[in-house]
Amino acid sequence: MDVRNLTISTIREGLAARRFSARELAQDALSFAAAENPKTNAFLTFSPERALAAAGRVDEKLARGEDPGALAGVPVAVKDVIVTQGLKTTCGSKMLETFVPPYDATAVARLEAAGGVILGKTNCDEFAMGSSNENSAYGPVRNPVALDRVPGGSSGGSAATVAQGTAVVALGSDTGGSIRQPASFCGVVGVTPTYGRVSRYGLVAFASSLDHIGPFGRTVEDAATLLQAIAGRDPMDSTSAFAPVPDYTPAMRQDVKGFKLGLPKEYFAGLANETRDQVEKGIDLLRKSGCETVEISLPHTEYAIACYYIVCTAEASANLARYDGVRYTMRSKHAKTLSEMYQLTRGEGFGAEVKRRIMLGTYVLSAGYYDAYYLKAQKVRALIARDFAQAFEQVDALIAPVSPFPAFRLGEKVDDPLQMYLSDIYTITGSLAGIPCMSVPCGTTGAGLPVGMQILARHFDEPGMFRLAAAFERAGGFQV
Amino acid sequence: MKLTEPKVRAIADLANLHLNDQEIARMARDLDEILTHIDKLNELDTSNVEPMAQVLFEAGETATLRPDVVSATLDNATALANAPQSGAGQFKVPKVIER
Repeated sequence: MDVRNLTISTIREGLAARRFSARELAQDALSFAAAENPKTNAFLTFSPERALAAAGRVDEKLARGEDPGALAGVPVAVKDVIVTQGLKTTCGSKMLETFVPPYDATAVARLEAAGGVILGKTNCDEFAMGSSNENSAYGPVRNPVALDRVPGGSSGGSAATVAQGTAVVALGSDTGGSIRQPASFCGVVGVTPTYGRVSRYGLVAFASSLDHIGPFGRTVEDAATLLQAIAGRDPMDSTSAFAPVPDYTPAMRQDVKGFKLGLPKEYFAGLANETRDQVEKGIDLLRKSGCETVEISLPHTEYAIACYYIVCTAEASANLARYDGVRYTMRSKHAKTLSEMYQLTRGEGFGAEVKRRIMLGTYVLSAGYYDAYYLKAQKVRALIARDFAQAFEQVDALIAPVSPFPAFRLGEKVDDPLQMYLSDIYTITGSLAGIPCMSVPCGTTGAGLPVGMQILARHFDEPGMFRLAAAFERAGGFQV
Repeated sequence: MKLTEPKVRAIADLANLHLNDQEIARMARDLDEILTHIDKLNELDTSNVEPMAQVLFEAGETATLRPDVVSATLDNATALANAPQSGAGQFKVPKVIER
C-alpha cells in the first residue's frame, strides 16, 4: 500500500470497506518510515510494538462493530518533547538520552484513545529551542523537499514526516513559531491553537506561558481532526481552557463570502521577494473567494522579538533548573561534590543554544535587572496583545507571511543567534498574544521551495480559522 | 559592552552551569549582541501598562480547584527508574557534608 498520500478520511473509508486492516496499514507505514528515515533523520525513535498494539485495538473494535474513533488507524508522529509512557523521550538533548517517561502526555493519551497509531518520536531542536532543527543533539533534520536545506524548527522532525509521507499527521509544539515555521518550510499545514486549547500536561516545559501543542497535516481537515481529538479542558493542566470545543467540521464546509481580512502592514516589510509574491497571490485568491481585505497596523510588532526573548528565556531558565543530574537526567562522571555534579552535568548535558537561553534568562531575572527586563517585557507583551485585540474589532482574521524567507541551507545561520532569532518575527507576535494561528501551503518559489501563508484569528476562533484555510485549500491555494 | 566575562561567570554560577573559557568568551559576545537588541524596548513608555504574565480567559474564581481526593501517584520504583544512581529507595547524590 502506498502510505504517502493517505488522509484521515481515506483511511476511515479503507478500514470501513475492509480494503486493509489497521494492523496492515501500521505495518506498511512502519516499514516505509524506517526505509525513508535515513534521508531526513526526522524520526529519532520508532515504536513498532506500541503502534501494532494500537492498530490491533482498532481492528478489534471494527470486528465488534464498535466506533473505532476519529483517528482510527491513522499513523501519527509525535515530537520528542511530548512524553510517552515507556517510550524514550529525549527532547533532542543529551541530558535526557535515556529518559523513559513513566506517564503519557494528555494529548498522547487522547489521540490514542481516538484510535491514533503512534509510529515514533520525532527529532527537534534541543528542548524546542531553535528555528532550524540544527540544535538537536542527535543531528539535524533535512528538509524532504530539498535535502540540503533545514526543515525549520523547532518541530522540524514532525513537519518533515508529514511532508515526506512517513506519517499522516504529527504533533508538534510551538512556543514562538515552532509549528508554523517548519510547516511553511516543508509545505504542510501546521496549527498553533489558542493558548490553553490543548493541555500542556506531559509537554516538557520550555516557556510555560507560551508553550502550545498543535497538529501538522497535509490537509486542513487532517490537522483540524487531530486538534479536535486532543483539545479541551484537562484537570492536569490548570492553564487549559474551560471553553467548550466546537465541532470543526461544519465550519470547514462553509464558504468565506464577506469574510473581512486584515493585512498587517508591518508584516510585509522586509520579506524576500518571492515570499511576498506568493503570499500576495494567496491573498488575491482569497479575494476571489469572496473575502474583503483591508490594510491594518499592529504598531508594536517591531518590539516582539526583544519582548519574546526576555519572557521565554526567563521562563526557560526556571523550567530547566530541574535538569540537575539527580532524578531523570544523565550525570557527569567528573563531579566529586554535589554542586560540581549540578554544574558539570548541566555543562555537559546541554547544547550551546540551551545554555545561551538559560544564561540570558538567568541574567534578566537576576537581582537589579528584573524591572528593567522581565517586567518591561511583560508590559510590552500586553501592548502586543492589545494590538491584536484592536485589530479584531475591525476584521475577522489576519493574513500574513509565516517566515520572511523560505527554507535556508543547513549551516547558513548557525553562527549568528540574533539573526536566527530575528527570523521568527512574524510568528512570535501571535504566540505572545495567545491567539490561534496556522500556516497553510501557498505555492513555491521558482526553485521549488514551499512558502507558507499565515492565518491569525481571535482567541478560540479555530472554527473561523479552519473555515478560511479550508476554503483556501479548495480554491487551489496550496498550489497558487 | 554590557557584559564582561567576570559578569558572565557570575551568571553561570547562578544558573549552576559550568562553562569552559571558550564558552564564556562566546557567551559574552552573543549575550551582548542580544541585550543590545533588547534595549529597543526602552523606546516604549510603558508606565501606564499593566504587565501581562499569562494569557487569561474568563473563568470562575475557583474553577481550577478540584475536590481534595486521594489519587494514585508514581510508586517508588517507577519514580527511581530513570535516576542515574539510586539505592535503598532513594536518589543517591555525592556527599554533601564533609566531616
